[in-house]
Amino acid sequence: MKAEELRSKLQELQELALRENIDIGADINRLADKLAGGDETAWRRVELARHQDRPTALQYIDLMSDRYLELHGDRTFGDDPALVGGIATIGGVHFTFLGHQKGHNMKENLHRNYGMAHPEGYRKALRLARQAERFRRPILTIIDTSGAFPGLASEERGIGEAIARNLREFSVLRTPIICVVVGEGGSGGALGIGVGDRVYMLENSVYSVISPEGFASILLRDAKKAQQAAGLMKMTAPDLKGFGIIDDIIPEPVGGAQSDHQQIAGRVRQTVLAAYQELARKRPDQLLRDRSARLLSLGRFTEKPVGRQSSLLSRLFGGGS
Amino acid sequence: MSPGRYFRKVLRAVSRDKMKQGRRALRMDDRRYVATKHSCPSCGKPVDDGDLAVNLFVCPHCGHHYRISALERIKTLMDGGEISEFSADVQPVNPIDFPEYTEKLRQAQEKTGIDEAITTGVGRIEGRQAAFALMSFKFLGGSMGSVVGERLARAMLYAADQAMPCIIFTASGGARMQEGIFSLMQMAKTSHTAALLAEAGQPLIVVLTDPTTGGVTASFAMLGDITLAEPNALIGFAGPRVIEGTIRQKLPAGFQRAEFQKDKGFVDAVVPRSELRSTLAYLIDVHSRGGAKP
Repeated sequence: MKAEELRSKLQELQELALRENIDIGADINRLADKLAGGDETAWRRVELARHQDRPTALQYIDLMSDRYLELHGDRTFGDDPALVGGIATIGGVHFTFLGHQKGHNMKENLHRNYGMAHPEGYRKALRLARQAERFRRPILTIIDTSGAFPGLASEERGIGEAIARNLREFSVLRTPIICVVVGEGGSGGALGIGVGDRVYMLENSVYSVISPEGFASILLRDAKKAQQAAGLMKMTAPDLKGFGIIDDIIPEPVGGAQSDHQQIAGRVRQTVLAAYQELARKRPDQLLRDRSARLLSLGRFTEKPVGRQSSLLSRLFGGGS
Repeated sequence: MSPGRYFRKVLRAVSRDKMKQGRRALRMDDRRYVATKHSCPSCGKPVDDGDLAVNLFVCPHCGHHYRISALERIKTLMDGGEISEFSADVQPVNPIDFPEYTEKLRQAQEKTGIDEAITTGVGRIEGRQAAFALMSFKFLGGSMGSVVGERLARAMLYAADQAMPCIIFTASGGARMQEGIFSLMQMAKTSHTAALLAEAGQPLIVVLTDPTTGGVTASFAMLGDITLAEPNALIGFAGPRVIEGTIRQKLPAGFQRAEFQKDKGFVDAVVPRSELRSTLAYLIDVHSRGGAKP
């Protein structure tokens, strides 16, 4: 059998698995990887997550919705083309959408600043999120950024404050929030629209505290070790599912999301609507309670009773009461 | 149940059960400072170590504010030079099995004499009580991992439950990268507890000290009802070198310093260390229900 035939057979298998709800998506993709002749490594996923032909936020919205209207501006400083938002009707439900917007080519990317938002982007997101709460619209966020823009103007206008405020406000917003990482989930810039009731990741998306390049240059002292860093950082969708940080993984078409926009948008749509149906059943109080519990549970540590601790501290400072 | 009542339930669960463990008095050993001389990192003039400690770790010649750890902060700021520490039982693990992280933590603990990048507890300033969270830059760059996030969350929830202000001294290079995605998520967790504290009607007072950058700036550090800063403290999201790499030019002098952030509208006041005690005491008074306490 030729490679091409194999590929289409795999595609069929995957469709079937999805339709019948059989959990073999990962196996199929592993086969697809072998077919492509590459190992399924974290770095390959980083490259796929950054693939120029992957659908962008606005393309997802366009493909998923019956109708949508983009809304611009933070009403304070200006409009940030790197972080888009608006209203979209998906499966008859009116959502407020927010998303990092990358481009497909140099020209688009210059306009969109490669999806790296300034403070006004995050402030626009907060304005639209508050509006969503007021008009009882659920919120859909599409995460795809290498990070918030680390520039002079961004700092002057308080990028840290803008992200921080979003984290705090989104955590107590009285409307369902569904987040989908579709490409790069880079650092605080991603999290700035990433606090929600459900968080999903596309199979080949990544989500991390810093880029593998940044990680390599700081912790491995060599920016060229980005590939190694990608593995060490545990930033892939299966990693994060394993950690319990995300709710589920949305399988991509064979080869990656870029190979079939229609199909991946359909799957995201299906996941988002299913999540919404579930969340819509909760009363706002319950929704907030569950979100709060989710946020408070983040982190891994031990709790040793201080008395039994062979603590360096007590030796040094004679502590212990 | 209203969210307000839910939050109060969460607070009680956290403060009553968990805070009992890991509680102890924490103070610094005075003998650590013997009279040896060094040069001030800012003006280069000779400074006596013993004098420095008496002078709140501020250079007597040029007023340079030294970076100080939680223990030195407790010694110079709190009544009796001590706090009743809580969450001392919350200790780090290696959540993403990062090579040598456990070893790094052990070394940092040995080198610095503190157990994590943050120390939390209840203390008094001029007789006024508040919950405190004090970061130590010298512990792995003050980086925020799961322990920093949890201790901060508990400090804020404790303050909310016990109806007292929460005062945070920041000093951090950002997220603890060795804890991977867990470190990023501490930003969401600490920002959420800031929302719960606000819900309970208690003030969050943040004192930004040198340096405060990265994920700490983009979360609780920028969420204070009142935001103070120590003179000349570096405060920003991206570090200066990263920005210079982006714009490919040198940054103007004073960029991202405390005074700059005040000019740009992100800091309420720049307060020298010598005035911190009276300023914080005043702020606690202003926010306590019965008005000023004796």
